[in-house]
Amino acid sequence: MTQDRDIHAYLAEFDDIPGTRVFTARRARQGYQLNQFAMSLMKAENREHWKADERAYLADWKLTDEQKQAVLDRDYTKLLDLGGNIYFLSKIFSTDGQSFLQAVSTMSGMSLEDYTAMMIAGGRSPEGVRSIKGKN
Amino acid sequence: MARITAGVASSHIPALGVASDLDKTAEAYWQPAFAGYEWTKAWEAEVKPDVVILVYNDHASAFDMKIIPTFAIGCAEEFQPADEGWGPRNVPVVKGHPDLAWHIAQSCILDEFDMTIINEMDVDHGLTVPLSMMFGKPAEWPCRVIPLAVNVVTYPPPSGNRCWALGEAIARAVASYDEDLNVQVWGTGGMSHQLQGTRAGLINKEWDNRFLDGMVGSSDALRRIPHIEYLRETGSEGIEMVMWLIMRGAMGRETRMLHRHYHVPASNTAVGHIVLEPVDGEVPPTETIEGNSQAAQDLIA
Repeated sequence: MTQDRDIHAYLAEFDDIPGTRVFTARRARQGYQLNQFAMSLMKAENREHWKADERAYLADWKLTDEQKQAVLDRDYTKLLDLGGNIYFLSKIFSTDGQSFLQAVSTMSGMSLEDYTAMMIAGGRSPEGVRSIKGKN
Repeated sequence: MARITAGVASSHIPALGVASDLDKTAEAYWQPAFAGYEWTKAWEAEVKPDVVILVYNDHASAFDMKIIPTFAIGCAEEFQPADEGWGPRNVPVVKGHPDLAWHIAQSCILDEFDMTIINEMDVDHGLTVPLSMMFGKPAEWPCRVIPLAVNVVTYPPPSGNRCWALGEAIARAVASYDEDLNVQVWGTGGMSHQLQGTRAGLINKEWDNRFLDGMVGSSDALRRIPHIEYLRETGSEGIEMVMWLIMRGAMGRETRMLHRHYHVPASNTAVGHIVLEPVDGEVPPTETIEGNSQAAQDLIA
């Protein structure tokens, strides 16, 4: 009743939103191992192993080399492109002692100070970033 | 008979939980966000619900990518706060109401809402932050809680219309439960926020406030908002607001507003909060074969 009846048209619209990766089935499949790895950091003993030797910890997971490097680099924009989901990736930055504000600001192209100031001033306006095609 | 007496909607921003846990709520940054919950804390202490059906989403805590239930109902005796990567929150264990939870699960399934039944799970900030906002920092939570987890992470999440209709099915289930219980339904998450990419930090005050307006009264226009509108207008994580519509659906035909609060920002997110009570709590009758079968209903009574 409320959704587009054509699944292809429904999914195609998601690619028309600037700077946004909607966590679709395609991304969920691409990022399965990456997200499950991140999830493993919910256990305190796993966090200890991870902190002791990140590369050795990653060796036990079937991530692509590109995904592994992006994890080591804490490149969250890249990780989203490689199928990561922010709520799974949050286990990595939480283990680093970072807040959502700190981690999310790294994807915005702004410094933490500027990003925080933007949020206090009311956040980013939706004007001009709703649709690529519609330029609104 | 059990009865739904009120509905509460609220953001469940993890940073609010951290601010509460570290006693930072009086700090200049946090004070305006928390101030809007003072009315609700006093009201909850007065109306004393027996059970809260708490609609929230799990943020990769109880459910990983192995199993992704669209609607999952917690039927356990109790639920421990989850370790989300920095150790579990130091908040009371959440006591469930297995008998009512199982009744709702069975009634909803006969009503053709195919619920996933969860007998063991930890609950993350999505569930415990609203408890902190509404009840503060007690030694024990003052009521039983039935967790109702909705998938809003992996697409597609349920439609707003489906969520509204589930709320109506929950209202029918509660009304057919014999014990005299004062039940509230809480819908949590939102409001506008985007936690990714170059659009991170998106906030849409006008849209959020129109959504708050739409929760009040007899209009059901909100149930027809498509996913793409939430994504474009309220950021990639604003889709959580479909969970508010489960609460709204459970309130019945018409609501009255008791309290409303909106503040930007808390962390990356717009804080929205509203308290409703049913004016006309009538919901449409079930249209399913088993929902209308006395024999089937007798089995779950």
